Amino acid sequence: MKMYAITVKDLTKKFGDFTAVNNLSFDIEKGEVFGLLGPNGAGKSTTMAMLSTMLKPSSGQAWVNGYDILKNEDEVRKSIGIVFQDPSLDEELTAYENMDFHARLYRIPKKDRQKKIIELLQLVELDEKKDNLVKTYSGGMRRRLEIARGLLHEPKVLFLDEPTLGLDPQTRNHLWDYIDRLNQEKGITIILTTHYMEEADKLCHRIAIIDKGQIIALDTSEKLKNDVGGDIITIVSSEKDSLYSVVISLPGISNIEVHDSSITIGLHNAEKHVAQIVNVASECGIPIDSISIHKPTLEDVFLHFTGRTIREEEASGKEQMRMMHRNRK
Amino acid sequence: MDIVYTLWLRSVKRYTRSKSRMVGSLGMPVFLLLVLGFGLNSVVAIPGMEQGYIGFIIPGIISMSVLFTSMFAGIEIIWDKQFGFLKETLVAPVSRLEIMLGQTFGGATTAVIQGLMIFVLSLLIGLEISSIPGFLIAIVFMMLIGISFTAFGIAIASRMEDMHGFQLIINFVIFPIFGLSGALFPIESLPGWVRYLALLDPLTYGVEGIRYGLLGSSHIDPAICFVILSGFTILMVGFGSYLFRKINI
Repeated sequence: MKMYAITVKDLTKKFGDFTAVNNLSFDIEKGEVFGLLGPNGAGKSTTMAMLSTMLKPSSGQAWVNGYDILKNEDEVRKSIGIVFQDPSLDEELTAYENMDFHARLYRIPKKDRQKKIIELLQLVELDEKKDNLVKTYSGGMRRRLEIARGLLHEPKVLFLDEPTLGLDPQTRNHLWDYIDRLNQEKGITIILTTHYMEEADKLCHRIAIIDKGQIIALDTSEKLKNDVGGDIITIVSSEKDSLYSVVISLPGISNIEVHDSSITIGLHNAEKHVAQIVNVASECGIPIDSISIHKPTLEDVFLHFTGRTIREEEASGKEQMRMMHRNRK
Repeated sequence: MDIVYTLWLRSVKRYTRSKSRMVGSLGMPVFLLLVLGFGLNSVVAIPGMEQGYIGFIIPGIISMSVLFTSMFAGIEIIWDKQFGFLKETLVAPVSRLEIMLGQTFGGATTAVIQGLMIFVLSLLIGLEISSIPGFLIAIVFMMLIGISFTAFGIAIASRMEDMHGFQLIINFVIFPIFGLSGALFPIESLPGWVRYLALLDPLTYGVEGIRYGLLGSSHIDPAICFVILSGFTILMVGFGSYLFRKINI
């Protein structure tokens, strides 16, 4: 049997009537970077919280680094490093002291402590500012410090919950490089949650798209995009339904979907077919407001599987979180 | 033990770093000490008190300082909860009991330091302590007050969602505990039923214990004070760690 870094079986978490995570099952191989992609409130963080033993599942099982999250809590905790979605540093302490606190909590022997702390602070380029109070740090520096801290006890699996949320694009790129290097040089298995398509695309070997607590697709980024069917033509039209009925009869189209204000057409060699589509439309007197062609992104994948864009989901995602919060009280 | 020490070290570091808080929390006790002490010294005579009313309330003000600092230190874990730091501690492979004990001893340490500051100020305004062993007895009582009420603060904080209830705690928990304790008046002078309330207040035994240590006399036998306060301390540490274990973030 293959040894997995993480195995999840029928994991479910309910808060009152609200099911945050619904029958989740997946495996993550050792050395893999695995992404949980979905809108806010999809159940990503809840899944992370269960895998890191912070939250007890309502039902189902999971193993992290071979340890049962219910029976071997302490072993699981020793095997993982976590960077939480929300900040979790002590601002009144210096970077070094935050690291030292962590090292002591994880019982790293005194003789190794200092060396390791300095090494990791160098890795995230904070060694020169190690004696500054964390409250003087910028958002990006704090994030880097949290990542360094998460690695201090040499975890087998690193959990990154929305690691680049709220960071500027430059810092984000920087962090992506670190994460990539960590995985390649140290062979650490990484599981990360994100609602940035680009982030998942760039970092993850495999991606699970989560919506309403369930996995709706799980594969490599390439294969997920292939599912959409080659290139994508998006047409905005006031008569999208009649456009749909006309276009569907054309040859070479792998799929076609009608959305709120547009229709998307998945097909190979879109450049060849676009003229044909426009012709057919004008012959039938259907107005076209705009038309665009692009290579599929994960955004399209999400749209393909859920029928919604991830942005439309933001608002209702927040609604769900609020409901969840209320139920927990 | 290492873990308890780690948490303790953090509390003490944070405390020594926030000078404003250190000085700020001296304000109220010093104010009471000076205003009540000097204001009432000539009009209030307490039987058996050689050092006058101001001498009488010094142990009370020291207790007050320890009480407030320790309760705040316990409730402070709400901040850790809100600023996320608590997660970092709770997800580590250590038991919650160790975390709770570290936090408790850390809070108690800072509370005793605050108490000692009032003590030093009292020496400056003319307090004469009865003996060195008596001083050590007073320290023991300060530590017991510190530990029990930090633990009590942690117990309260474990059940609180955020800082909104803080005002409530100050007005309906901390002040009554202080007010009923006989810090500012001899409990003998209270009418019957209020006196029983005062005797139910654990801080009463702390105040009396410190009073015995510093002044050499007290209304309640110091041995009884010690037994009752120790019992209360054990109870609170148990209660605090029980609630802290069930804390949700």
